[in-house]
Amino acid sequence: MTRVFVSRDMASVALGADALARALSDMGCEVVRTGSRGLFSVEPLVEVESEDGRIGYGPVQPEDVAAVLDGTHPNRLGRVEALPFFAGQQRFTFARCGIVDPLSMADYAAHDGWKGLEAARAQSPQQVVDAVKASGLRGRGGAGFPTGIKWQTVLDAPGSPKYIVCNADEGDSGTFADRMLMEGDPFCLIEGMAIAAHAVGATHGYIYIRSEYPFAIDTMREAIGLSAERIVPFTLEVRVGAGAYVCGEETALLDSIEGKRGQVRAKPPLPALQGLFGKPTVINNVLSLAAVPFILAEGADAYAAVGFGRSRGTMPVQLAGNVKHGGLYEIGFGITLGALVNDIGGGAASGRPVRAVQVGGPLGAYFPPSMFHLPFDYEAFAQAGGLIGHAGITVFDDSVDMAQMARFAMEFCAVESCGKCTPCRIGSTRGVEIMDRIVAARHVTPVGMEQAGSGYLGEALYSRAPSRIDISIEGQTALLRDLCDTMKHGSLCALGGFTPYPVLSALDHFPEDFGAPAPVRQAAEQDA
Amino acid sequence: MHEFISTWVARHGATRDKLLPLLHALQEEVGHVDDTLVPAIAESLNLSRADVHGVITFYHDFRRQPAGRHVVKLCRAESCQARGGAAMEEAAAERLGVRMGETRGDGQISLEPVYCLGLCAIGPNALVDGRPVARIDDAALERIASQVAA
Repeated sequence: MTRVFVSRDMASVALGADALARALSDMGCEVVRTGSRGLFSVEPLVEVESEDGRIGYGPVQPEDVAAVLDGTHPNRLGRVEALPFFAGQQRFTFARCGIVDPLSMADYAAHDGWKGLEAARAQSPQQVVDAVKASGLRGRGGAGFPTGIKWQTVLDAPGSPKYIVCNADEGDSGTFADRMLMEGDPFCLIEGMAIAAHAVGATHGYIYIRSEYPFAIDTMREAIGLSAERIVPFTLEVRVGAGAYVCGEETALLDSIEGKRGQVRAKPPLPALQGLFGKPTVINNVLSLAAVPFILAEGADAYAAVGFGRSRGTMPVQLAGNVKHGGLYEIGFGITLGALVNDIGGGAASGRPVRAVQVGGPLGAYFPPSMFHLPFDYEAFAQAGGLIGHAGITVFDDSVDMAQMARFAMEFCAVESCGKCTPCRIGSTRGVEIMDRIVAARHVTPVGMEQAGSGYLGEALYSRAPSRIDISIEGQTALLRDLCDTMKHGSLCALGGFTPYPVLSALDHFPEDFGAPAPVRQAAEQDA
Repeated sequence: MHEFISTWVARHGATRDKLLPLLHALQEEVGHVDDTLVPAIAESLNLSRADVHGVITFYHDFRRQPAGRHVVKLCRAESCQARGGAAMEEAAAERLGVRMGETRGDGQISLEPVYCLGLCAIGPNALVDGRPVARIDDAALERIASQVAA
């Protein structure tokens, strides 16, 4: 019987993988449902087992299965791992994703599963924490804080019980690595959490998954059931979010698990000392925890050997938005932004020029192509006024209106603010209003009103406004900068504090969309 | 419904951290969390009514009114916008006969915004009665419309 592999990843299913799997099964094939390899331009993908390895065909539809099985389908890709997209990757965390049956304990063990946990349990908790420190692993959820230091704090903290909480509330648009890992290799996350539990002396853990990821919730629950005996004395459970973006912030997430409104807590105390139910708590992102089995199994040096500057190891980069070869690309830090967008991503899917990329989700900065030389590295991005965040890269072509994207950032913050602090709660609403004025003004320049700036708002709109308000575009952008400054420095958490990144980067790099003169370098770019 | 609540709590525990799981379970059972159930929920978990009301209204997922027979969640986030999401949102509202965030007058369809389904390279995306649909164009919209007409 021919063995074939078809992904059960939510993205593959959205593109028709279920119907494809049924058609193959009807043809008498043994169908193994895997996670996704992560190249969505070839999904739905089927891999046919042969003497030369797995031969991929994609994208294919149910009506293509006969041609696939007799080897004549034109979308024959050969061995999938030999494709250029995969040949350049360094897959530490995603090594098994797309290859194994995510819910097969035998498959997991056969692909080096549990080696990290075994190695950890042969060591003292302090030795495990030291290994994570030596690996240089920093929190992959966005903040980039050293994971080993966090674990050390929990290990040293008095009090019991202690908890391991996995932040699987990946709400950033343009990111899907957590989802893919949970759907494609759930035991890897479970193993990472069990290692963390051994390292700090925790007995129970929670995986807080956003409700927008129904496939990940089902897969994790099933995987926890299958592996429960393997991870004793550690126990695990899934908690499902309820559609609040701010619960991705670690203290809001803790409140949400506790059954409260997901509002941000002021720090200190650190969650490491007083976290879930007031007890010492490790709270890490999915990718941070999923990186740990490799570190324990292969050694901290093997992980630290890859990377750039103080950013060690690999980053699962997510190429998203208007990009030709979108998907998950895991590689060591240091690759340039331009290489990711153009060489690997293939530029915009629309075939038009790339105009902007947003890195790090809705709170990340927008960069123009003139900054594509930036190396993927926490410090380099911070210096350039941005952040790596969860390493999602959303590509926009030249049809994008950057003032509308800045408005959207403010609107998103207003919708999702937990309401606890004023700069975020009120500032975002005022920000939407300013952006509306700018968008309205840039189209209107009545004769005789040029002195009011490059745009004029119209008397009717502002008949009741105090005359002191400067309603010119210059005045409004100055107000916008002032507001962003308040939000950045006055907000309790990253939602209000980082919303200025997309807003100000859009204004700085694309001022012409805000009714201001275009920067000179835009002209140079067009010549190039 | 009060019996559902007491049975659920007897089985899963009466601690405060069970509030979200209980609300999810209720919503799955009934389709929404009716305001009349708030006192029973509060009593069963030893919380105040204000506490329970505050939680229900904080989270976008919990409904206080029934949804339409079919629920179409359309992604409004940046990655889908980069792939023509805004135009598709307008087209969807027109084709389905319901505005974003509302339930159609005949109770057939609710059209709701969602901020990211994690399918960001193949947008614009939707969740139609819980099933993911990618690369929504006019043809896909037509298929969705006929599916939710039933």
